[in-house]
Amino acid sequence: MLATTQETNAYDTHHNALTGDGVRGNPDWLCSIRKAAFARFNELGFPTTRHEEWQYTNVAPIAREQFRIGVAGIVPTADELSTFSLEEDCAARLVFIDGRFSTVHSAVASLPDGVTVCSLAEAIVTDGSPVASFLAKHATYEDQAFTALNTALLEDGAFVHVRKGTVLERPIHLLYWSTAPEELAASLPRNLIVAEESSQLTVVETYAGANGSSYFTNTVTELIAQDNAVVDHYKINREGDRAQHIGHLQVHQTRDSNVTAHAMTFGGSLVRNDIGTVLDGEGGECTFNGLYMLKGSQHVDNHLLVDHAKPRCDSREIFKGILDDSSRGVFTGRIIVRKDAQKTDGKQTNQNLLLSDDAKADSKPQLEIFADDVKCTHGATIGQVDSDAMFYLQSRGLCKEAARNLLVYAFASDCVSRVRIDSLRSQIETLLFDRLLEGQRPGEAT
Amino acid sequence: MLEVRNLHARVEGQEILKGINLTVNAGEVHSIMGPNGSGKSTLANVLAGNEAYEVTGGEVCMDGKDLLDMSADVRACEGVFLAFQYPVEIPGVTTSYFLKAALNARRKHRGQEELDAMDFLKIVKEKAKLVDLDARLLNRAINEGFSGGEKKRNEIFQMAVLEPTLAILDETDSGLDIDALKIVAGGVNKLRSKDRAVIVVTHYQRLLDYIVPDFVHVLVDGRIAKSGGKELALELENKGYSWVADHSAETATSA
Repeated sequence: MLATTQETNAYDTHHNALTGDGVRGNPDWLCSIRKAAFARFNELGFPTTRHEEWQYTNVAPIAREQFRIGVAGIVPTADELSTFSLEEDCAARLVFIDGRFSTVHSAVASLPDGVTVCSLAEAIVTDGSPVASFLAKHATYEDQAFTALNTALLEDGAFVHVRKGTVLERPIHLLYWSTAPEELAASLPRNLIVAEESSQLTVVETYAGANGSSYFTNTVTELIAQDNAVVDHYKINREGDRAQHIGHLQVHQTRDSNVTAHAMTFGGSLVRNDIGTVLDGEGGECTFNGLYMLKGSQHVDNHLLVDHAKPRCDSREIFKGILDDSSRGVFTGRIIVRKDAQKTDGKQTNQNLLLSDDAKADSKPQLEIFADDVKCTHGATIGQVDSDAMFYLQSRGLCKEAARNLLVYAFASDCVSRVRIDSLRSQIETLLFDRLLEGQRPGEAT
Repeated sequence: MLEVRNLHARVEGQEILKGINLTVNAGEVHSIMGPNGSGKSTLANVLAGNEAYEVTGGEVCMDGKDLLDMSADVRACEGVFLAFQYPVEIPGVTTSYFLKAALNARRKHRGQEELDAMDFLKIVKEKAKLVDLDARLLNRAINEGFSGGEKKRNEIFQMAVLEPTLAILDETDSGLDIDALKIVAGGVNKLRSKDRAVIVVTHYQRLLDYIVPDFVHVLVDGRIAKSGGKELALELENKGYSWVADHSAETATSA
């Protein structure tokens, strides 16, 4: 693959700075990971639409720009950030500005024994930290250029570690803010979440940034759910209107673990969510719940990979898209059922609601089944607001706008109702309604 | 109250209504009967403002106002109600939420204050009794998983809550067992008043044993072929629709 030196210059410089001799935060084990990942990234280059995995999503706007790392703009005020906060009492709130941990914006309450929440940069230099045994073990980058790039340049992000049997009821909120200065800026947060045996935790990642300028977020989260652990993960994308966001959540689950990951996308101009899990122990269960509500020329690609490696695991994928204007939503759901994974129960649904004639949805299920005693179903729909339902509501007195909004809300309601944090659910409802009211066209309102 | 003059309408390019004339006064119950495909449901939908039907000629006035000039929601706020032949299932929206929005839309239209949750609940409980509807159904998504009878009862219940001046029942009786039919008819009868007009569209004479109409009109091929009192329904029952169809064909030939 041709990745010219010019294209990777900015990344090159940064990588060299990170991996130089005597640089703080560059232990040997990490240095070799960074170097191997960078070598792989240079071999792969940025993907093009000729790659099957990137067939519908053109990342040329990212590949051709010289994004720079560590360029900071105006730091947001506490007020600005509060729009993105959770009202709930959080166990911890870590704020990252342009990919770097910001102590002044963050708050870590007294955590119960057995819970560690800190910046990844800190964890890397802490003696005896378990980071080395987990980092970059599951988000493989052999075929994933963006994950390779993130790994080559990984520096900071969140580290969450919950020890055996520990239950953390309050959520941990991770907020990533891009200041988006005039210059093209990139941030590459890297998160590591480890839930040990029979532990329980909830993590919310919110990605947000300033409107009006182009920036690039390349984020990778590794989530390890060990035996019998229960983890709820939320990713709320409220990036700025010109942001390009490439994210990868890679889950690894062992016996009887239960992971629910939600991906709610509202922001960004070009967004790709790679969401994957390996069900690597019997009795594991995963639910991927997604909602994308797009307008203008937004392009959002959700790319799911559920790898059933062991028997008796359940997977559920429910992704819904609401597409207005000339936006485009892509969904790819790949389910692999390995030879040993008997009694697999996999179910995948992708539904799209088109609010405009110019909006477009692509839905691609991919089932690869090598076991013989499995239950796997998939279904996809692409449609418009039902005219019979519209007339039914209008015939009772609801105006056209109110009827349409109610039906769009109803379409999204099951995805929204699966959000188990009250204030986050109402935040998403507000985002939905705001978007609906924005979309109200003059002349249609009565 | 309702004045329909020479109404023509088509759906998907095909002309269905070919000149309907109908006058309905306040306090009256009119029954529209007719064979399949005669245009009964089209008439009901056109009166309620379904945009899938295109009006190609004629006039419809309600209390002196041009109904055809109004969108479906404005007609509803003006007092038109259609009980659907096939009530729509809407997952994700509860009946009570939707009905409160509908009731408040019409109150707003009339310059009345919106109802709060307590007042609304009081109305709902009272009206649910009228059609023997389990109030718990109201907290479920609109018609989702309802039986046929529950759906029809839900229509009459909504009618009771919204208190229309002109209620149009589109084959509300079709497919109902006798118990459900009695409940539905009982609900309609309780809503009969001197200020309200009801148009009952039906295929079967049976309903009219329970909702006794003041007038019966027989629709054949997009026109009212015959009008009369309630005895016309019985005559139809005995002689069948072909009797009217032949009769009207003869009239057309001799004219």
